[in-house]
Amino acid sequence: MSVGDILFWIVGLMTALCAVMVVVTQHIVRCAIWLLFTLAGTAGLFFLLGLDFLGATQLFVYVGGTLVLVIFGVMLTATGPFLQLRAGAGEWAIAIIVGLLLYGLIALSWLFADWSKLPESALPDDPRQMYHTEQLGRALLGDTSVQPASELAGVPGSLGAADKASGKLQEPPKRQASAFLLPFEIVSVHLLVVLIGAAYLARAKRKRVVVAPRESL
Amino acid sequence: MSIQLIILLIAAIVLVTFVALSAIFFIWLERKVAGRIQDRLGPTRTGGKFGWLQTVADGIKLLAKEDIIPANADQFLFRLGPYLAFTGSFLAYLALPFSRDVVALQMNIALFFMLAVMATEVFGVILAGYGSGSKWALFGGMREAAQVVSYEVPMALCVLIPVLTAGTLNLNVISQQQAGLFWNWYIFHDPFTFLAFWTYFTCATASCKRAPFDLAEAESELVAGFHTEYSGLRWSFFFMAEYGSMFAVSGIATMLFLGGWHTGVIPATISEWIYENLWPVYVVVSVLVFITKCWILVFIMMWVRWTLPRLRIDQVMTTCLKYLLPIACVLLLGASVLPLVWHTVFPGWVKLPFRNPPAYPAAPR
Repeated sequence: MSVGDILFWIVGLMTALCAVMVVVTQHIVRCAIWLLFTLAGTAGLFFLLGLDFLGATQLFVYVGGTLVLVIFGVMLTATGPFLQLRAGAGEWAIAIIVGLLLYGLIALSWLFADWSKLPESALPDDPRQMYHTEQLGRALLGDTSVQPASELAGVPGSLGAADKASGKLQEPPKRQASAFLLPFEIVSVHLLVVLIGAAYLARAKRKRVVVAPRESL
Repeated sequence: MSIQLIILLIAAIVLVTFVALSAIFFIWLERKVAGRIQDRLGPTRTGGKFGWLQTVADGIKLLAKEDIIPANADQFLFRLGPYLAFTGSFLAYLALPFSRDVVALQMNIALFFMLAVMATEVFGVILAGYGSGSKWALFGGMREAAQVVSYEVPMALCVLIPVLTAGTLNLNVISQQQAGLFWNWYIFHDPFTFLAFWTYFTCATASCKRAPFDLAEAESELVAGFHTEYSGLRWSFFFMAEYGSMFAVSGIATMLFLGGWHTGVIPATISEWIYENLWPVYVVVSVLVFITKCWILVFIMMWVRWTLPRLRIDQVMTTCLKYLLPIACVLLLGASVLPLVWHTVFPGWVKLPFRNPPAYPAAPR
């Protein structure tokens, strides 16, 4: 058992513990703090696996997200200090069912995955062998010769002109692969729609001022 | 792996010591600067000349103080606040190179990592504000939240401008690209980077909640803002975090715009020769140069703090959303269009050094 494995177990167990605390805590701001620790622990796992960019993005996005959640979702809507949250039996039942379904999904994909292709250690010995953002970008554009290979999305893609123009690709990829680019664009357009919708809902409601017709003197 | 871990541990110890010692130095400097600007002498007696032991005396006082947790406070959050604030500010040092390859953790995305972990510092402040169970503290925390969430946007946009020029997020490489004489520094690269430096520095001052943006404390209206209820060592953790992040944002500014650890007066070939043949000399000198540059920026922050009056909260938000954000957007647009226009209008005539593709060593595999 290497140091990386030990660290992985420590961080993983702490993340799991924090995740349990999110569920069982009734105090809503403490709950958000446990959520923060869970997400930060996930970022730590990413760092341990050598995925620096993903880990930093996780920190950047989710810390900010939890912050906004705490402030606008909790503090500004609470009616009294230190609000408590009590879940009813029905909510518990729904949560447990959804949780078990998700757990089943993860367990199934874990059982049926082909683990023989993975490297032996979670952390490469040489830090220079860790994944780079360049590889991530090339995978996004559909280059299957780099890790992480983009065979998940299932969307037929083609190599962008930008890739050819920069001349960075030494060898042509084995086949025209499915790229992350299209799903990425769809998600960003979707987020834009959500943003516009949120701005529309949150805008200040103007009162209609009905100007009474001026009486002629 | 284990050797790497030991190196990391040593680096962590060195960095903690450095952050704590530089906080001690900065607090003394702050008192002296404030004194001089207000036509006083500042501390003069403790430790003989210049009152240089003043902060140590303060530290002993803080250690000996009673640790009070108000009855109204949420104990867990109240205790957690200072640690979160300090952790956020300290983690940034992991990726900050002090000289060529002198860094705790070689990271390809060091800049992004630093910005990400420094964003977590605000969480400690907000928890302190909320957990104190005091209205002053809560007001301070809310203001801090609004301020940091808004100022992060122009700050990130300004950071992107030199990154566009450098073509990488690796601070080591960015600084190495600015080797040589001082016109190689990215602040003098083009008009957009020049303006981006000042915009970045303003946003960075605000993100460290330094005056004129210290609305989270605002002692004239909020008693002491988010740390009203804190005393003793917990209170001092917030100050370690503040001075730590002041140095860290100055470090980013130095790396991105001011040539990193390069003196700016020694030509690149000579410094390269020193690096090859006299490595210890190179490291010592360049670490000193880097720290001095950061100290100068921190000194400017202090100078600004004791010169300008504090803004009102609506003025703080106006400054960010109506001025700094559009300025940052225009600068980013300009910096991205400039290379295109330059190469179209003057093809092959004058070459600005726009570096693309990135200059870091190609990834194995």
